[in-house]
Amino acid sequence: MTHPDFLWRNPDPKPAYDVVIVGGGGHGLATAYYLAKNHGLTNVAVLERGWLAGGNMARNTTIIRSNYLWDESAAIYEHSLKLWEGLSDELDYDLQFSQRGVLNLAHNLGDVREGRRRVNANRLNGVDAEWLDADEVKKFCPIINVSDRARYPVMGATLQRRGGIAKHDHVAWALARQADAYGVDLIQGCEVTGFEITGGRVTAVETSRGRIAAGKVALAAAGHTSVLAERAGIRLPLQSHPLQALVSELLEPVLDCVVMSNAVHVYVSQAHKGELVMGAGIDAYNSYGQRGGVHVIEAQMAAALELFPIFSRARVLRTWAGIVDVSPDASPIIGPTPVDGLYINAGWGTGGFKATPGSGWVYAHTLAHERPHPLAEPFALDRFTTGALIDEHGAAAVAH
Amino acid sequence: MRFTFDGRPMTGEPGDTLAAALLRNGVRVVGRSVDLGRPRGIFAAGPEEPNALVRVGADPILAATTVELHDGLEARSLRGKGRVDLDAVDERRCDKGYLHCDVLVVGGGPAGLAATLAAGRSGARVILVDDQPRLGGDLLNSRLLLDGAPALDWVAGLDLPARVLTRTTAAGYYDHNYVLAVERRARGERLWHIRARRVVLATGAHERSVAFPGNDRPGVMLAASARAYANRYGVRAGRRAVVFACADSGYEAAEDLTAAGVDVLAVVDPRPSGLPADVEVLAGQVVTGTTADAEGVLTGVRAGARHFDADLLAVAGGWNPAVHLFSQSGGRTRFDEELAAFVPGTSAQAERPAGACRGLYGTREAIADGYAAGAEAAGRTVPGLRVPECGERPLRRPAALWLVERTPGSEPAFADLHRDVTVADLARATGTGMRSVEHVKRYTTAGTGADQGKTSGAVVVGVMSALLGAAPGQVGTTTFRPPYTPVSFATLAGRDRGALSDPVRTTALHDAHVARGAVFEDVGQWKRPWYFPRDGEDMEAAVRRECHAARTAVAAMDASTLGKIDIRGADAGEFLDRVYTNMYSTLAVGACRYGVMCGADGMVFDDGTTTRLADDHYLTTTTTGNAAAVFDWLEEWRQTEWPDLDVSFTSVTDHWATVAVAGPRARQVIAAVAPEAVELAFMRYASVPVLGVPGRVFRISFSGELAYEVNVPWRYGRALWEAVLELGAVPYGTETMHVLRAEKGFAIVGQETDGTVTPQDLGMGWIVSARKPDFVGKRSHARPDTARQDRKRLVGLLADDPAALVEEGAQLTAAGVAPMLGHVTSSYHSAALGRTFSLAMARNVSPGDRLTAVSGNVAHPVTVVEPVFYDPDNTRRDGDPLVESPAPYAGECRSESPAAAFAARFEAASTPRAHLREVPFEPMWEVRGTDPGAGLRLGPDWWLVTGDVPPRPGWVDVSGQRTVLELAGPAAHDVLITGCPIDLDPSVFPGHAQTLLAKTSVILERVSPETYRIYVRSSFARYLAEWLIDALEAL
Ligand SMILES: Cc1cc2nc3c(=O)[nH]c(=O)nc-3n(C[C@H](O)[C@H](O)[C@H](O)COP(=O)(O)OP(=O)(O)OC[C@H]3O[C@@H](n4cnc5c(N)ncnc54)[C@H](O)[C@@H]3O)c2cc1C
Repeated sequence: MTHPDFLWRNPDPKPAYDVVIVGGGGHGLATAYYLAKNHGLTNVAVLERGWLAGGNMARNTTIIRSNYLWDESAAIYEHSLKLWEGLSDELDYDLQFSQRGVLNLAHNLGDVREGRRRVNANRLNGVDAEWLDADEVKKFCPIINVSDRARYPVMGATLQRRGGIAKHDHVAWALARQADAYGVDLIQGCEVTGFEITGGRVTAVETSRGRIAAGKVALAAAGHTSVLAERAGIRLPLQSHPLQALVSELLEPVLDCVVMSNAVHVYVSQAHKGELVMGAGIDAYNSYGQRGGVHVIEAQMAAALELFPIFSRARVLRTWAGIVDVSPDASPIIGPTPVDGLYINAGWGTGGFKATPGSGWVYAHTLAHERPHPLAEPFALDRFTTGALIDEHGAAAVAH
Repeated sequence: MRFTFDGRPMTGEPGDTLAAALLRNGVRVVGRSVDLGRPRGIFAAGPEEPNALVRVGADPILAATTVELHDGLEARSLRGKGRVDLDAVDERRCDKGYLHCDVLVVGGGPAGLAATLAAGRSGARVILVDDQPRLGGDLLNSRLLLDGAPALDWVAGLDLPARVLTRTTAAGYYDHNYVLAVERRARGERLWHIRARRVVLATGAHERSVAFPGNDRPGVMLAASARAYANRYGVRAGRRAVVFACADSGYEAAEDLTAAGVDVLAVVDPRPSGLPADVEVLAGQVVTGTTADAEGVLTGVRAGARHFDADLLAVAGGWNPAVHLFSQSGGRTRFDEELAAFVPGTSAQAERPAGACRGLYGTREAIADGYAAGAEAAGRTVPGLRVPECGERPLRRPAALWLVERTPGSEPAFADLHRDVTVADLARATGTGMRSVEHVKRYTTAGTGADQGKTSGAVVVGVMSALLGAAPGQVGTTTFRPPYTPVSFATLAGRDRGALSDPVRTTALHDAHVARGAVFEDVGQWKRPWYFPRDGEDMEAAVRRECHAARTAVAAMDASTLGKIDIRGADAGEFLDRVYTNMYSTLAVGACRYGVMCGADGMVFDDGTTTRLADDHYLTTTTTGNAAAVFDWLEEWRQTEWPDLDVSFTSVTDHWATVAVAGPRARQVIAAVAPEAVELAFMRYASVPVLGVPGRVFRISFSGELAYEVNVPWRYGRALWEAVLELGAVPYGTETMHVLRAEKGFAIVGQETDGTVTPQDLGMGWIVSARKPDFVGKRSHARPDTARQDRKRLVGLLADDPAALVEEGAQLTAAGVAPMLGHVTSSYHSAALGRTFSLAMARNVSPGDRLTAVSGNVAHPVTVVEPVFYDPDNTRRDGDPLVESPAPYAGECRSESPAAAFAARFEAASTPRAHLREVPFEPMWEVRGTDPGAGLRLGPDWWLVTGDVPPRPGWVDVSGQRTVLELAGPAAHDVLITGCPIDLDPSVFPGHAQTLLAKTSVILERVSPETYRIYVRSSFARYLAEWLIDALEAL
């Protein structure tokens, strides 16, 4: 893989921008890119307190799929997946987007029922989906243990063949490079510490590098969104949790699809470079410290070995955690806030990487038109008061 | 010792690492590099090795420098990546352990040994871990004399007042001084979890390389490693050597290599002046390149205009304190200009680095620092600790040299050998606009190899600082992440594999089900009989037969898995009113009522029946899967919202074995097993003898038929089951139960509901009290979307083709295309209806509507009907009258303890060191409120009383809830620490505690210094028994 020779300038912040995006993760960068590309808005800054895309964007396990249960979710994630399918070309960067298929395993009768239900919903929504029985699972991924003597035997799986993985860093850098080329200022080491709000309207952000005036402010701060929103006087229904992941040492190719199992809490893929990339569920406690408890990793490894006994002597090379913003219905929140000019895109929780282009697309549209993109409408903040939740938690119970 | 490398037979010496043995056999090329395929040799002598990676048996990738040689070892070379051998079997059996101490010392070199001594002598509980087979750290590799004798004599003479774990690598340092360490034991690894009051990090330092052209040739090696091979293993890493000494340690290496018979040609020292040495010193010069033979193996070293014919280039690039664990602990490193290295800065936890880990590289200063660290950690200084004498030179400031510029046409200069990252690659990265070392790491992949950049990290930072014109301290390091060295998945999983990977919960009737050939279903952790096939029957046939029996005669099911919560207190009724949607405070004593519980979002969370046993006493049942969640839910509301209510909860799920007897002839069976319950009215309960033992009979039906739930204490469960079957009941499983309830239109939580369904959606508006001022979920029912009239509702469906079974999970549409109106939640063949039928959740439909149910490639036309298919007028509820009073059951009511089946295996696994048995039955009660003055305190206002005491009013009989296992003997403690995370040391363990053992909660009681009682939930007894047997074998 050869990277481009040039990616971005390192400009100093200007005194004012039309749009200030807070957070230089995947969503912030995609938003900047589509603001410039789709809406011609280039007097835009992305403010990142650390290094560009060093938050969850750098920490996620890169699973991409669109086989969500509810119509609203399927629509936005499928929109995103379609964008992925042309993104390497569009951004002129090898994103290592690999549609190798994503399996979601079923281990009990309830899983089977819900898996079938999701497959059927997906197909009617135009999202590719298949139901595999245990033998077909074995055929698709020969190294999975489908023995019925396993503690929780594999009873089948949903398969989305168009699902897969991509290289997260490349995605971030590709978006950053194009945004930078359009004239967007990517400003690293610049932490937003507060908001200037006049007459109910946001007029500037306060940052570690001084005051920056803004026509509109777009939050894209993932796990720290609720902290930021509170500084604007907004209380969000978000809980921040550590989510851990790990990689093994580099291995010769051994697994050529993505395998997820919710019942035994593990998901696995093998990256292009060769490492097995694995994750589990969130750590139970709320936290902003990017570190988790080791017991979660231990449980995850036990679960992984139930599915893949042949990995018993593969070794964990590196573990880490990101802070994910989990909403009550495990669906994102996109749109305006009670403060004029202040917008929010958050709550992607454990599964927002796959949404990177789609989320950037609809968020940019929402910012440019000052009203939600149709795909974003159902994801408005007020659904928590009306009760019109899009509950991907209870029903599908599939993370990431 | 004989071994093979890539099939070639070789011999090594005991104590060799594989790397030492390979060098001993003259192997120079051990593998190829990951991207460029360049030949690579052994570069280091420890876990920092970036090059010499091999595959051994089931281990896909190991550094040859960390593999202890054993006879018959077969190693294969690799190209930078591991290979999973699909046929290799991993026979190692791993486990875990939990330790606690006042002071944990990591690293058994001079500083660590001194710290251990100082802390231990002052009376602290000390643990020392070291990853080598022997203590000594760097002393193992040196020829240093301490007090005039070999340094290892000093080590051997130390009487360490500590638990010493060798072959144990501290791999992770987590919050609250929680350190994870891997011990390599013969049977397999043990993953130690160590909780320490204070930690001393004496992890030493790693030597680093320099990025000069051709620095990756086999034959280029770290100087200290070449020295270690010479001194410790008696192996010469080459015949003719050049030493590149950016630090004075290079001179020591030169001396030791010479002493080992290596011809040292020159020392190249970039600093203005060299040290006096027996060999030529090129001061103020650097190594500018290497030459190699056709295979790429080192043949010579260039230093400016000079060229030396050499097969070994020993590079002493300087030292990096091993700050990995320090950094993992949250400590901040800082760049020390004097040492030209990142050193520990501010600590984040109760921890202190000592010795070389903080840049004190001299042996004497390390020992002195170790004493100080040990004393500080123990909080007390003991007299009489002396630093031994030795003839060390003071160390000069190292050269801060990171790279040697390439000249056109010269070989690449590598920063990261494992990842094949060159200086040119780093320059490209910084050229893109990247300023952060994290970006550069990701762009180039430097530091992401199996060695995690242990030898390359500092070089990358140094090169970047040169490229960006920033100080190394400004560039900073990437974050150090656990584990310090790779840990196998099996090690992390420990004993939680296969059947032990998650506890299997079983009922008192389990063995009877197995004997009858039941097919089981996993429901949460429970194994429940799914159906009971008779010879050759498939599921459909078995279920048809079971349903038929329940509808026309009598059938029985094991219902023991339903959660049962004993609720007591003056405010018990009030409490239930608040958590259920309907009323309980008005329920008559002796009556049962069905109820639904919602979450705060108004969605159905659980359901079950609650019976009022007395004014202030209820028994609530929950669904099988939700029992623990409901219990926690009740506790959460009581403790956090309504602490003023007088109410307490006791789980009695395992205490009672429950047999559901259903069918028109159920009364016949009840008359025989519980004659006093025969007159019971619908939704009533009686506390009566069952088979002569105290039991409870509830007249509750989940099938529409006359039905009873008969409860006896666990140990009589199997006898009751056998009696009921003997009296003619046909055993049925969960599938039949589901069919029967679906025919009646009863919803199942988790099947018809999915967290988005209200009671009203299920057509159970009648169960939501309009009169109660409040209950959990009420407010949410008023939200506009939740109050909508066009929400999905529970409906019935009949396929046009009565033989067609619509798949559960099928989506409902008007004409086979979106929009979807709902989905099929339940679908069965019905013996009673003589056709298939389904339940569904759907919006905007009413009986008579025609829909298409789509599943996969199949679309079934269906008609919407009311969701009650069978006996809508409830005419079958009272069953058949008694046909003459049957005689009471005459069989024996045998008692069977939860671990009875394990008696022989316990005996077989026991040894004089640890003996395991199940303690004979004793009655037990849980007591709330006032201190009973006896028994074990379990928590605030909560006790367990056991034995022959007369129970007092309000005590909850839990005699069957737990069984007691006894583990006795001098090694009992060693068994328990492999699964119990709390500190069992007599100085802190209060004698008993509620805690975890393996993956189940237990009450652990020490009844004498070497005897423990383990009170385990009866349904977990089988799991824990298997686990303990394995733990005994691992001793
Ligand atoms: C371990 C892990 C595994 C995951 N796996 C998957 C997966 O397989 N598939 C999937 O689809 N999703 C996955 N996710 C979720 C996904 O990573 C996130 O949903 C997504 O990355 C969030 O959007 P982002 O990229 O913009 O977030 P981030 O990259 O976290 O961006 C937010 C940025 O905001 C910055 N910021 C915060 N506060 C401020 C401030 N005050 N001022 C300036 N900047 C600020 C942060 O530094 C950060 O860079 C995973 C997440 C984790 C942690």
